[in-house]
Amino acid sequence: MAEQRVYEVVFIVDPNATDDEVTRLSENLQQTIADQGGKVTKAESMGRRQLAYRIGRQTEGTFMLFEVEGSGREIAELERRMRVSDQVLRYLTVRVDEDRRRAEKFQDRRARKASKRPLTATTNTGNRGAGAQMNAPGRDSDS
Amino acid sequence: MSRNYVNNRERDFEMDDDGGASPGGGRGPGGGRNANGRRMRRRKVCRFCLDKVDIIDFKDVKLLQNYIPERGKVLPRRISGSCASHQRMLAEAIKRARNIALLPYAAD
Repeated sequence: MAEQRVYEVVFIVDPNATDDEVTRLSENLQQTIADQGGKVTKAESMGRRQLAYRIGRQTEGTFMLFEVEGSGREIAELERRMRVSDQVLRYLTVRVDEDRRRAEKFQDRRARKASKRPLTATTNTGNRGAGAQMNAPGRDSDS
Repeated sequence: MSRNYVNNRERDFEMDDDGGASPGGGRGPGGGRNANGRRMRRRKVCRFCLDKVDIIDFKDVKLLQNYIPERGKVLPRRISGSCASHQRMLAEAIKRARNIALLPYAAD
């Protein structure tokens, strides 16, 4: 399947790790993704911040964010590595491509509506209701 | 969250206030009423719909913080006025944020 999925991976690194260690860990993980055929489109640090509750004995942690493009297999490997690593306190992977596509669709629809509105806006609201009805068939064909 | 709104119409005559514990919008007692004696309540509108938000990001702690009262629970729809679909997104985002310790599961 050629379908490309997009994931957001957030993980928390032990606050006691030095900056060097964090970058090394990050590079290692990115390498794992690359080895599995995935692509890291974004890798950034969200910085050190207070945890909302204690994890282990830590009250703060360094948050890292990856954006990964791939089939999903590299995520499995990435998560396995993070589970094993002592430096990663916690991770969360979220698939975002479906939500983004949905959001795009909404934006398109709004743009189309906005381009239609100036024509109907000159008359009263009764006419606008009719305009909305005219939109309905187009909306159906979308989904 | 102020909870000082006197609930039912019958209460109008007796002036003893035993602090109505009913949840609701933060309106003072004796707020606006229309001709029928019904309470007038401003209709709440989904803030996300107004801002045309399509994705509620779980990393946006500042935004999510507005929707968790002191205890750390999810603010109910009847108070925030969010629409169903946005409330769903919001709840999902809050749960994700909790998972990675951006938000508390329970705060005291």
